[in-house]
Amino acid sequence: MNSTRKTAVVVGHGMVGHRFVEALRSRDEAGQWRVIILSEEKLPAYDRVGLSYYVGNWNADDLALPGNMYDGDDLVDLRLGQRGEAIDLAAKTVTSTSGDVIAYDALVMATGSYPFVPPVPGHDLPECFVYRTIDDLDGIRAAAEAAGPGAHGVVVGGGLLGLEAANALRLLGMTPHVIEYNGRLMPAQVDAGGGAILEKLVTDIGLNVHTGVGTAKIVSIEEEGADKVTVHLSDDAEIKASLVVFSAGVRPQDALAKASGLEIGARGGILTDLALQTSDPSVYAIGECAAIEGVCYGLVAPGYTTAEIVADRLLGGAGEFPGADMSTKLKLMGVDVASFGDAHGTTEGALEVVLHDAAKGTYAKLVVSDDAQTLLGGILVGDASQYAALRPLVGRPLPADAAALISPAGAELGADSLPDDAQICSCNNVSKGAICGAIAEGACDIPAVKSCTNAGTSCGGCVPMIKKLLEQSGVALSKSLCEHFTQSRAELYDVVAVTGIRTFSELIAKHGKGSGCDICKPTVASILASTSSDHILEGEQAALQDTNDHFLANLQKNGTYSVVPRMPGGEVTADQLIVIGEVAKEFGLYVKVTGGQRIDLFGARVEQLPLIWKRLVDVGMESGHAYGKSLRTVKSCVGSTWCRYGQQDSVGMAVLLEKRYRGLRSPHKIKLAVSGCARECAEARGKDVGVIATEHGWNLYVGGNGGLTPKHAVLLAGDLDDETLISYIDRYLMFYIRTADRLQRTAPWQEALEGGFDYLKAVVCDDSLGIAGDLEAAMAKHVEGYKDEWAAVLEDENKLSRFVSFVNAPDEADPTISFDDSGERKVPVLLGLPGMPVGVASDTAPAGK
Amino acid sequence: MTVIDTPTITTETVTWTQACRLDFLIPGRGVAVLLKGGRQAALFLLTDGTLAAVGNIDPFGRAAVMSRGIIGDRGGVPVVASPLLKQAFSLIDGRCLDDESQSLPVYAVQLDGGVVAVSNEPVQTP
Repeated sequence: MNSTRKTAVVVGHGMVGHRFVEALRSRDEAGQWRVIILSEEKLPAYDRVGLSYYVGNWNADDLALPGNMYDGDDLVDLRLGQRGEAIDLAAKTVTSTSGDVIAYDALVMATGSYPFVPPVPGHDLPECFVYRTIDDLDGIRAAAEAAGPGAHGVVVGGGLLGLEAANALRLLGMTPHVIEYNGRLMPAQVDAGGGAILEKLVTDIGLNVHTGVGTAKIVSIEEEGADKVTVHLSDDAEIKASLVVFSAGVRPQDALAKASGLEIGARGGILTDLALQTSDPSVYAIGECAAIEGVCYGLVAPGYTTAEIVADRLLGGAGEFPGADMSTKLKLMGVDVASFGDAHGTTEGALEVVLHDAAKGTYAKLVVSDDAQTLLGGILVGDASQYAALRPLVGRPLPADAAALISPAGAELGADSLPDDAQICSCNNVSKGAICGAIAEGACDIPAVKSCTNAGTSCGGCVPMIKKLLEQSGVALSKSLCEHFTQSRAELYDVVAVTGIRTFSELIAKHGKGSGCDICKPTVASILASTSSDHILEGEQAALQDTNDHFLANLQKNGTYSVVPRMPGGEVTADQLIVIGEVAKEFGLYVKVTGGQRIDLFGARVEQLPLIWKRLVDVGMESGHAYGKSLRTVKSCVGSTWCRYGQQDSVGMAVLLEKRYRGLRSPHKIKLAVSGCARECAEARGKDVGVIATEHGWNLYVGGNGGLTPKHAVLLAGDLDDETLISYIDRYLMFYIRTADRLQRTAPWQEALEGGFDYLKAVVCDDSLGIAGDLEAAMAKHVEGYKDEWAAVLEDENKLSRFVSFVNAPDEADPTISFDDSGERKVPVLLGLPGMPVGVASDTAPAGK
Repeated sequence: MTVIDTPTITTETVTWTQACRLDFLIPGRGVAVLLKGGRQAALFLLTDGTLAAVGNIDPFGRAAVMSRGIIGDRGGVPVVASPLLKQAFSLIDGRCLDDESQSLPVYAVQLDGGVVAVSNEPVQTP
């Protein structure tokens, strides 16, 4: 085989180039082809469509496409930072920028597009950027940070990418302006009516929109200051700004092809037939650089199709480009925009049905055939919830009256109205039939459908549809807490709140069955704790707590506990530090500073806990609740008191928040952080509630967490004053505590909310459910009722008597506990050997004092 | 008051360790008892008033913690869940309901004049 192995050279390593290599390598089982890739960028293929996600976390690795280094594949040779410089069609060679001359059997042009920069005077000033690569975004970020918060930034171009660029500027703390030559935003996707609503919605969010004007020139400003250029508009208006981003569309990158003599389309792009073959039969063009029968497609989905076809052709297949679905759905700054099928009604005789609700800020248009029987396309702005149901119907008979389909009170589009071949997930091309098949084979919830079919794993827009298909197939999504309660945690919370039942025994007798278990007991304990300020070891509640809450300390692997006193905002006095040191020394504890700005003391036996806590309480320390599903820590940076960049007093705010929410029990542990400026030294966006100071107040982020699937918190509201900030956090946390599932962190809770993040925002910021007062009152009650759990135990002989290793020998230490102090750090020694009979293990242990 | 007791321990060789007064126990919770000879038992008062005792050492986690587990039932069988990795053990015969390869020894419990005592030797060894 090796002697006949052929070489495919791929010029360009973007999303489509990578897809081509993946497709060829996965299908070419016999190893007929080896692949050499020339990549102009230094980074291997990344998700350019998701480029805007790079803003905020600045982690290029997150965008990397899976498998883009082809590790372990000897037949792929990826050459990063090397462009194709020249092609010799006669000799069938490509010369790279490093001078290598590479012979090919097949050449695949995947050079993509370059951003079009209109030749306005000043377009080449150092303050001007384009929005295409990770490098571009790094440059924009540096300029925005140098300019400081609130500085003005101008985006030339109000298309899809222009709005994304403007949003990136907004996330960088700038005041963004968008200039669009057309009379409306996103002219390719929406019509005048949709554009008007879109303009209103993005203006409400803080974008300054200038439509129907051109950019006349850009002039440098000589004086010092944040403003570096003046942008002159065609209507004589001027905008002073720190930077300008050109996002006026893209052009196919066809220069190399043109120079080597390949035929170019009338409007640019490398001309190909439906087989993606160029004017030279050994050369193919795929993705955005290809002009397929003269037409360039600037979306990734048709690009992927071209990649698959060429991979197939190289292996002897006969695939042809079937045309492209140019549907788009996106959420820009929380604004839904969707456009699908023949959105502009270009089909002969097409009719339009429009529902324009200016008050609600929504616009919906359906384009139907001249007999009003067939759906041709549509535009949705402000609310695109019907997109998933409507888009698969394009080209098919309308299941109901067109007006009813887009009217809020109109026809609910059942999943049953869709044919089996209708595409539900357009990102991963999954049909209704495939999803129903997975359900029939036993996938009984959303995660299972996702993992069997890939549907819903990209943009998530089709998840509501998958849910409907699950419901329709009769799958009852069980919310039962455990075998003892058929209710979910949220339902049990309501039962407790409404009935006033305060004991587990009464609750299980009236609303459950059996005697409970390690799932429902701690859940009910948490609900009881969230709804009152009783001590958690009081009365029957004591029996419900898991071992951490029962001993108010964290169980470690050898049965000892760790002790973590609270340090609000990470502050600690010298006296307190000295006592912590003394306690650690006296009780032989292992000391470690935690990730949450606390000091953790490990290795305390049960009977030592009260002695240790007595000492800590005496110097003013209290329980840090590190053991509970409760508020853990509020991390902070040093803020404006000490830091030269700090914009607000982050320590003060962190202390205030920690004292407010300490002792608050919840479905999962909760962490907060407060950063004093956008440098984010407290890593607030990795927390359930993250607060970041701005020049004008506080930005509030919610729903971040670590754990198995880390999430960044999402901006809930910006530039809040102290009072509003606290009321929003009160509402957010209480709403979470009342409605989340057992052990559900804030991030998945937020994602699972019906109506999504917009709904959460409406509940918390606009009080759309009218429960804000109730949530705040519940939090006020918690704050007022807070008492230190450890201080209360120390004052109560009955509770103290529980803190013993042995009920019959309260002074005896557990003889099975031992530590190895010989190494660098103290480590617990476990009992016996694996598989050793249990009875023997205790026999061999020392008999005690 | 019910005591889960086993008829096999009526022989005279059985010796007992007094644990505590019955009214010290919290229904639905356990305590550890240090037995004569160095073994440890986890003694539980169930919410229906039943007393039960099993070995205190978690065979998976290899630490003496079973008395600190949450008790309840699984399909009607009274169980204690290890506080370490949550495996459930039957309070009737000590077997682990999550992994048949492991079980806990079971100890006899008796109640005499309001005082609970646990047998020093297991009545059922895994």
